Amino acid sequence: MIGKHRAKLLPAVLLFLMGVALVVGCTPSHPMSTFDARGPVAQVQLDLFVTLFWIVAVVFVIVEGFLLYTLIRFRRKPGDGIPKQTHGNNKLEIALTIIPSILLLILAVPTISAQFYIADPPEGERLDIQVVAHQWWWQATYPESGVVTANELHVPIGMPVKVELQSNDVLHSFWIPKLAGKMDMVPGKTTHMWFQADHLDGDPQTSERDAYYGQCAEFCGQSHSWMRFKVFVDTAEEFEAWQENQLADSVVPTGQEAKAGATLFVGKGCIACHTISGVPGAVGVRGPDLTHVGGRSTLAAGILAMNESNLKDWLEDPEEVKPGNIMSREAAVYTNAEFALTGDETNKLVAYLQELK
Amino acid sequence: MATVAGIVPRPVHPTGVWAWLTTIDHKRIGVLYGVTSFLFFLLGGLEALIMRWQLMRPEQAVVSPEVFSQLFTMHALTMIFLGVMPLSAAFFNLVVPLMIGARDVAFPRLNAFSYWVFLFGALLLQSGWFLGGSPNAGWFAYAPLTESSFNAGDGMNFYALGLGVLGVSSVAAALNFIVTIINMRSPGMTLMRLPVFIWMTLVTSFLLITAFPVITAGLIELYFDREFGMNFFNVAAGADVLLWQHLFWVFGHPEVYILILPAMGIVSEIIPTFSRKPLFGYHVIVLSGIIIGFMGWAVWSHHMFTVGLGPVANSVFTITTMFIAVPTGIKIFNWMGTLWGGSISFKTPMLFALGFIAMFIIGGLSGIMHSISPSDAQQQDTYFIVAHIHYVLFGGSIFAVFAGIYYWFPKASGRLLNERIGQINFWLVFIGMNLTFFPMHFLGMDGMPRRQVTYETNMGWDLWNMVATMGALVLAAGIISFVHNFFWSLRKGEIAGDDPWDGRTLEWSISSPPPEYNFAVIPTVNGRDAFWDIKMAAGEGQAVGEQSDVDPSSIHMPSPSYWPLVAAFGLGMAGYMLMYSYIGAAIGVVITIAGIAGWSMEPATAPSEEH
Repeated sequence: MIGKHRAKLLPAVLLFLMGVALVVGCTPSHPMSTFDARGPVAQVQLDLFVTLFWIVAVVFVIVEGFLLYTLIRFRRKPGDGIPKQTHGNNKLEIALTIIPSILLLILAVPTISAQFYIADPPEGERLDIQVVAHQWWWQATYPESGVVTANELHVPIGMPVKVELQSNDVLHSFWIPKLAGKMDMVPGKTTHMWFQADHLDGDPQTSERDAYYGQCAEFCGQSHSWMRFKVFVDTAEEFEAWQENQLADSVVPTGQEAKAGATLFVGKGCIACHTISGVPGAVGVRGPDLTHVGGRSTLAAGILAMNESNLKDWLEDPEEVKPGNIMSREAAVYTNAEFALTGDETNKLVAYLQELK
Repeated sequence: MATVAGIVPRPVHPTGVWAWLTTIDHKRIGVLYGVTSFLFFLLGGLEALIMRWQLMRPEQAVVSPEVFSQLFTMHALTMIFLGVMPLSAAFFNLVVPLMIGARDVAFPRLNAFSYWVFLFGALLLQSGWFLGGSPNAGWFAYAPLTESSFNAGDGMNFYALGLGVLGVSSVAAALNFIVTIINMRSPGMTLMRLPVFIWMTLVTSFLLITAFPVITAGLIELYFDREFGMNFFNVAAGADVLLWQHLFWVFGHPEVYILILPAMGIVSEIIPTFSRKPLFGYHVIVLSGIIIGFMGWAVWSHHMFTVGLGPVANSVFTITTMFIAVPTGIKIFNWMGTLWGGSISFKTPMLFALGFIAMFIIGGLSGIMHSISPSDAQQQDTYFIVAHIHYVLFGGSIFAVFAGIYYWFPKASGRLLNERIGQINFWLVFIGMNLTFFPMHFLGMDGMPRRQVTYETNMGWDLWNMVATMGALVLAAGIISFVHNFFWSLRKGEIAGDDPWDGRTLEWSISSPPPEYNFAVIPTVNGRDAFWDIKMAAGEGQAVGEQSDVDPSSIHMPSPSYWPLVAAFGLGMAGYMLMYSYIGAAIGVVITIAGIAGWSMEPATAPSEEH
């Protein structure tokens, strides 16, 4: 048998390692960390988690510690006879039933209170957004102003935002960990959640001002892992400016390449799925609204930075970038050899899309 | 009415493969379940290792997203339905009649039927790998992703039909064990003298017969949507897709208790034996098992906290879920009470049983964290849940399975598993399991969702994913050491004798392996821990029981039969053929009916036997 001393030490070492890991593991510095609560909803949820964590940690140390102690103290030694055959202790049973029950009852109070708090935004001024999930992108509408966009949200700092959630096809889930817990998007129903962003910066660890990361959190098919989005928190003025810009018609392209790209966008059938307001016939709703796509920070639902090189990769071979995506299966340029894009045509389209700020 | 018009007579003392195909002996059926399900457990483990390889580093493409979705779906289905559940069935089969002093279960042919249906159902479920695609929408298969419009291909049909067939196996076995436990206890074995393993088998069996019909309804609805264009989950036609989730989880939550209660039963036998003390708080442990069985029906929507049921529903299910921790916790306290004051031996069965307690505490505590619905909104659908699941299912159920194997292998085979290899097995599995799954708590709280085929490197998830994969390799090494131990010990294991562990229950009062008839004389029982009492009363050195005084040939055991296999084959065929040919399915049904007819009309013993 492995040395008894080593065997005893091993659990203690493991527990210590676990503790170290816990300290290391609970870092708030990552883009999707639930430990970096940057708004009241996420904060309430985190506070509850931390409270529970400490209770659980104490219970863990006591119970596991007691287990280890018992195993060491009552390990079989040579010459041990048959131990006293105790059958139970009713008082202990009752105590060990009542005490956890009371603890749970106490815990239930802040839990239920928090459940009601996170369910609906407080009375007063708020921003409404409607998000409809598609396989595998996010359609966003701001009903009050009329803004229509996709895959990136802007919200003003310090204002409650109520998000109404729907789905165009299968179950999805809307999750911005630093702002709030998730809410599923159920086809045939409207669910909602709310959050408030109290910080402009999504990641205090970096010097720039960062967006908040969101990701679909309900398996929705092949491209589920590539269905992400960003939330930008603006000052009131920045938000006004953004809305105004979003409401304007698309920029008329100026460069030679971009103009050629605009023509290609229509000629190659992109308008069948995409809307670009101000472009006649570009009213497709199968895919994201691209009116101001050039001004977004990411493309293809939050998975690539918006730049020339990535746009090129995306248009050249969307399946390579986002396996299972709809565009590579339905767009004429990928399904019909007559419509296929040459390298030159791709460059023109990229130039055009980049101008659509 | 003779056997099939006298053409194929009922087998008499068959040998070789035919003996295994026609066996109705619970001990052999237990071995069949055990070996088959362990092979599926290895398959599920392989699927996990491939996923861990894919996730070891960010932005890898070891497998495509489609294959990955089949892997995570099949990993869960294989482990739950073809791993843990039939491993539990293996123990029910091997141990229940022995522990209650019976010669077999109430319905031996139904018992065989359950095994064969399990095998055919398992093959049906696994066929997708070869026949056009496995199920790929996760093991809980949320609608409408499972509808034909979103999920062309046969995968989800294998899901519906495979699980449907498996359900027949589980319900038949559960009915069998309920009747066995109620009706076939030896004289003096009142319900409150039953070993806890038997109690847990009983509660589990009731859960099986009540929960499986619920998912069967859902599976039929899914199948009808896919095959006949019905609209149970068709949103465009006005359906509510949450119907699937409710049906699934009303089954699914009792299902997790089906997975854990037998494990708790096994541990409740091993802890007293290796502490040389009776189980502390027997009444409370039994009662808590029954309470968990009932309360398990009241918590299902905690799987749906983020679905938008509203704060009232969420609050109700939070409360019920929090409170199910009480009967669960009390078991842990009672096991510790058993250890306290005992004389504890750390043989391998005990190591795994103690490991179960240690790991289940962690899994249970993370479960309590999940029950808090507001903060669960951050944890749901993340690796935090994956961590919880694996602590209770691996650290819980699988550890108990290994404990049970090391404990009862000597009874079944006559040889002990090698103790030194067993220790290595335990420590590798224990360390591996913790290395793999503990970091997943961090990944979940760090925002990593479940069912991701890959992730970006700037998310900060690289380190713990790598650690988890390394842990999985250590775990795999541990499992390999078990397989080695198994084969080595079959040939060279130390001869066990009747009672290698100084056991407390009746199975240790007979030879290892037991004779076909188990007990020459059905023992009379005077208390709990029946065998321990007999030994203590007999004192040192005195012969225990009068098993040797009886002439074995005077004990009449039921003859083997091939009809259960025929009926099961027909059912499996019907399942398969529903995918491809209704005529074929009809033939399968006819074979099933013929099988049942032959079964009901075959003579009780083969005519040539003389009794």
